[in-house]
Amino acid sequence: MSEVSVNQMRNTVRKISVDQIRDTVATLCWEACYNLPEDIVEGFHKARESEQSPLGRSIIDQLIENAQLAATEDRPYCHDTGLTVVFAEVGQDVYIDGGSFEEAIHEGIRKGYKEGYLRNSIVGDPLLRKNTNDNTPGVIHTKLVAGNQIKLTVLPKGGGSENMSAMKFLLPGEGVEGVKKFVLDTIEAAGGRACPPIVVGVGIGGSFDKVTEIAKKAVLRDIGQYHPEPHIAQLEKELLEEINKTGIGPQGLGGTSTSLWTAVETYGCHITALPVAVNIQCHAARKKSCII
Amino acid sequence: MAKVYIETPLTNEDVLHLQAGDEVFLNGVIYVARDAAHKRFLERLENNQPLPIDLRNQIIFYAGPTPPKPGQVIGSIAPTTASRMDPYTPAMFEYGVKGVIGKGPRSQSVKDACKDNKAICFSAIGGLSALLSDKIQTAEVVTYEDLGPEAVRELVVKDFPVLVVYDAHGKDLYEQEIAKYRTIER
Repeated sequence: MSEVSVNQMRNTVRKISVDQIRDTVATLCWEACYNLPEDIVEGFHKARESEQSPLGRSIIDQLIENAQLAATEDRPYCHDTGLTVVFAEVGQDVYIDGGSFEEAIHEGIRKGYKEGYLRNSIVGDPLLRKNTNDNTPGVIHTKLVAGNQIKLTVLPKGGGSENMSAMKFLLPGEGVEGVKKFVLDTIEAAGGRACPPIVVGVGIGGSFDKVTEIAKKAVLRDIGQYHPEPHIAQLEKELLEEINKTGIGPQGLGGTSTSLWTAVETYGCHITALPVAVNIQCHAARKKSCII
Repeated sequence: MAKVYIETPLTNEDVLHLQAGDEVFLNGVIYVARDAAHKRFLERLENNQPLPIDLRNQIIFYAGPTPPKPGQVIGSIAPTTASRMDPYTPAMFEYGVKGVIGKGPRSQSVKDACKDNKAICFSAIGGLSALLSDKIQTAEVVTYEDLGPEAVRELVVKDFPVLVVYDAHGKDLYEQEIAKYRTIER
């Protein structure tokens, strides 16, 4: 390496300690669980205006009141404080100091759930089913990006709606109509079990693993923001409209607000394949980010 | 759809009087039990052993609260998805449980069990956890403490708001209400 490039590296590389990562994750955990994001609360208000069922309107009113109470008194909006999904965008010019990056995130989850009085909802072994009592392990998605910062996003994912999510390989020829049918089938099978009004994240393309990851990423997109590609934005509009015609409504007790928002993310895929994933997010659509 | 105030435990008269769609405010003792506790209950019932607490005529609330902060009676609490208890509920009704509180639709076998055993499926609003915890006056773990958030708790509730979703006459509020707003043919 030449002397110039070594100097450039010295100028740009930033040291971030595992303690800072741990503390940031901890704070994000409880902040996410106490404060529903603004875009979701706005979504409730919009749904309240258009909802045709009196019972549905009453349910949405109570959700709005619950969000206010939780935020004002620093209490969890929902008792299911979830499986902790963490999206990390790590700048390639960051030097992580003092230990393991992933362990720092798990340690942050432990700290956040204990100090924030959040529910421990994770069993260590899926078959033996003994609670780990500290909400670990979390699920971590790490992406290496340009720069010398780390963006951490915590998504506490409730079990009821996650359980209703689904993935399928369609035939390529089934195309957009096949995608719509699978999304609608999944939403109808979930009905009130997924705690509507829901946010729907749809992944199309990629591989068996990629398609579910992008479906989860779609859930994180702020509601009201369409996909930049016009044909995908059109699909998002059509899906939202059709989902809200199913009649499922708030809590599955009938109405016109089944989904607050439906976001689609896509990825290139194999010539033989048309993978589709539907990740359902209940109305406790929590997410909180921080850049360090 | 009436507004009804009920003192627990439920009597057969209470049960027969309730109709799908009724808005009910519960007062008195209810019990919290969910997946892991139900699995243990069923193992005991299948072996003709008594349950560790007497749940006959009682109401079971499918839930698992967050830990209380200092000074709180209970943390945030709201119903979990009821259909996960579908494999256990007919046997629990047969044993003598008179009502359950969960969220979301249930299987035909649970609906039938409501009719056959004179029992009610109530729904509370899923995720309404901060608001609902304010309706709870006392909370105590009474058995299966080792299950942590899934331990069985006895709650005393005041005007705890629920809806009758499946009554003892075979009516189904989900089906009835969704049909009114469905505008898509599939």
